[in-house]
Amino acid sequence: MIKRSFFGLAKPRFEYETTDGVPGEPEKISAPGKAMFLFKGERKDAALLKTGDKIKTGQKIVLYEDSDTYVISSVTGTVSSVSPYVGDFNAPYIAVSVSVDDAEETDEQFADASKDVTLDTAKDFLAFAPGCPSLDVFSDPDRPIKTIILSCVDKDLLIATNPYVVKSYMDQINQGLSILKKITGVDHVVVISSQKMMKDASAIGGASGVELRVVGSEYPAAFPQAIMRNIMGKPLPAGGCCEDMGICFFSAEAVASVGKAFGDGQIPVTKTLTLINKNLKRVLVEARIGTPIRDIFNACDVTVSEKDRIIIGGPLTGSAVYSEDYPVMPDTDAIMIQDGEDVSLVSDYPCVNCGECVRICPAKVPVNMVVRFCEAGEYETAADEYDLYSCIECGLCSYVCTAKMPIFQHIRLAKYELCQIAAEEEETEEEEATDA
Amino acid sequence: MLSQKKFIVSHAPFWHNGSSISEQSYNIIFAALPAVIAGICYYGTGALAVVAMAVSTAILWELAFNLVAKRPISIGDGNAAVIGLVFAMLMPAATPWWVVVTGTFIAIVVGKQIFGGIGGNPFHPVAVAIAIMMLSWKNCFDFDHALMGYELDFPMIIYPLAALKNFGVSAVEGLTAADLIMGKQVGGIGATFGLGLIIGGFYLIIRGFIRWEISVSFLLGLVVTAFLFNMSDPSKYASPIFHLFTGYTLIGAFFLATEDSSSPVNCVPMLLYGALGGVMTVLIRNIGVYVDGVIFAILIINLLNPLLDKIRPKAMGA
Repeated sequence: MIKRSFFGLAKPRFEYETTDGVPGEPEKISAPGKAMFLFKGERKDAALLKTGDKIKTGQKIVLYEDSDTYVISSVTGTVSSVSPYVGDFNAPYIAVSVSVDDAEETDEQFADASKDVTLDTAKDFLAFAPGCPSLDVFSDPDRPIKTIILSCVDKDLLIATNPYVVKSYMDQINQGLSILKKITGVDHVVVISSQKMMKDASAIGGASGVELRVVGSEYPAAFPQAIMRNIMGKPLPAGGCCEDMGICFFSAEAVASVGKAFGDGQIPVTKTLTLINKNLKRVLVEARIGTPIRDIFNACDVTVSEKDRIIIGGPLTGSAVYSEDYPVMPDTDAIMIQDGEDVSLVSDYPCVNCGECVRICPAKVPVNMVVRFCEAGEYETAADEYDLYSCIECGLCSYVCTAKMPIFQHIRLAKYELCQIAAEEEETEEEEATDA
Repeated sequence: MLSQKKFIVSHAPFWHNGSSISEQSYNIIFAALPAVIAGICYYGTGALAVVAMAVSTAILWELAFNLVAKRPISIGDGNAAVIGLVFAMLMPAATPWWVVVTGTFIAIVVGKQIFGGIGGNPFHPVAVAIAIMMLSWKNCFDFDHALMGYELDFPMIIYPLAALKNFGVSAVEGLTAADLIMGKQVGGIGATFGLGLIIGGFYLIIRGFIRWEISVSFLLGLVVTAFLFNMSDPSKYASPIFHLFTGYTLIGAFFLATEDSSSPVNCVPMLLYGALGGVMTVLIRNIGVYVDGVIFAILIINLLNPLLDKIRPKAMGA
């Protein structure tokens, strides 16, 4: 952990580190004995999947008749349990556990479908592919996408996943890129790379004409909002999303997944991720989606003990999980283990108005004011008068907070609550409309 | 999902730079030590008694308020000690004990705790206390009166600002900048040793515990205004150097105006806030009725703080 420097007048700086010091060869984790998949959503009756059902590798699993969400099984085996799981902010999930068989069988559904290289096929099968290609955004007629940004960098610190994918899977990326261009009809592609990866990244797109841009090395330059402002020259309106501006982001891994899927006629099920050890040593890992993180710890000789912290994602924006059974997800770019002694706790002190957060905020949010209103539950005031929605959720404010307030969490909670309020209002309006 | 091991689950970010309120408080106390020790050397055990009394009663008042209000005990963060120490630095060495106890009560309870404790006070607690004490017991702040019994080896044994106010510039002509900066002048225990205050302030600035914008603009505002007055009538108004090194100027610039809760956080507001403080100080000293204007100037800029802090950069995408 980077501590405050003695000369506190200078603003702390976080540099994105490149893959230096990360072994080039990833640790390959064999298929797990038990896998788990998380479906987003409430539990309902009449699930299509029951305990005892057989599933095959690459099979598309839908849990309910009318549901759009699906997962792609990464293993062959028998469903051993279907149970609810609660994520961050009480988000409901349904956890499907699978006991893995020794003999692997591959589902042929995608192999047939992939002969027809269309956007619909991709949407139907690749939403759960490593890197989560965001293909749904292309079918919104109100928001036509004109530019695809292919990001070769990871948002958070210490993560080396995307640079590795760029180095090792260039062919798939190129293939995926041409497929993406073809099925979406989007011609303008911008590749975002760090200075040190320029050589590798310049091979992307080959002769087909992509724009290559270099991203700054200081956190949070790799955030979509920062890229939009600094590189694309189109600053996002507060709380807006890139798709509104006709731009969508793909990670290098997501593009490689598209290429791999259509190239092999098989949906890729192996996720590349960075394992950040207690001493911040990093290892690259390739594991199947659904592998419990316990298996990864065992394979990499990581001892996890009581009161440690397991973080899915990076040190500034990740989320802690409470169980070693948590599976690798298609968007799990990193797993970080923090020793119990390094865990920094928050306090219940109020804001002392020191201004550190205001000075470090990359979005120039008046954090000292926002946090006061958030603490008092005045979320609307925080949003209307103090630019709550300009926050890009980089976590730097909490990192520097003298009073050790959980500022970042206050802001996220405020956004969540406002979202709930808006949903409730919409509901009552609808009710009134139907009553009338 | 049963898990045998229990992990710590909390929210992002998972790192912290290790700064804390207590670190800040103890560094402020450390930075104030040169000036305090010089004061004790000049004024003897009387000064030490005032300092010890002020710090200890400030902590006790805070503890008492914590207990009465059934709030978590907050004396560990060192903020009460800082308030006690700064209060003592502003008092003359011969302050009676009951004045110190009353003063720290006003600072801690009226100045800070009734507003909700640390971070909630709109004014610097010590400035509030000193202002109330000044208006209530004038004699305690009449340094010449308070220090009557002292044998001081100073070039001038009357309070420079009072001499200036009562007898004009000619009365303070004998004072050199070197004497003033070395603390060879009558004044508060920790407010006279200019060199020590500058070293302490500089330390706090480079360590990032106070903001240079406020201190520098405060001093600049004071010097420029004093210079303009001095230019207009040198026989009536003292030089900027005199104003810079006398009274509460330096302790005000480095220890009073910079208090977190009552000062702005954005760059332009900080500069305005400081500069206004400097200007007000000289205005009160030169054309007001009070001998020293720092305390009232600080209270006025404290009052302006929320308004000034509305001047802020446009947020991203707003």
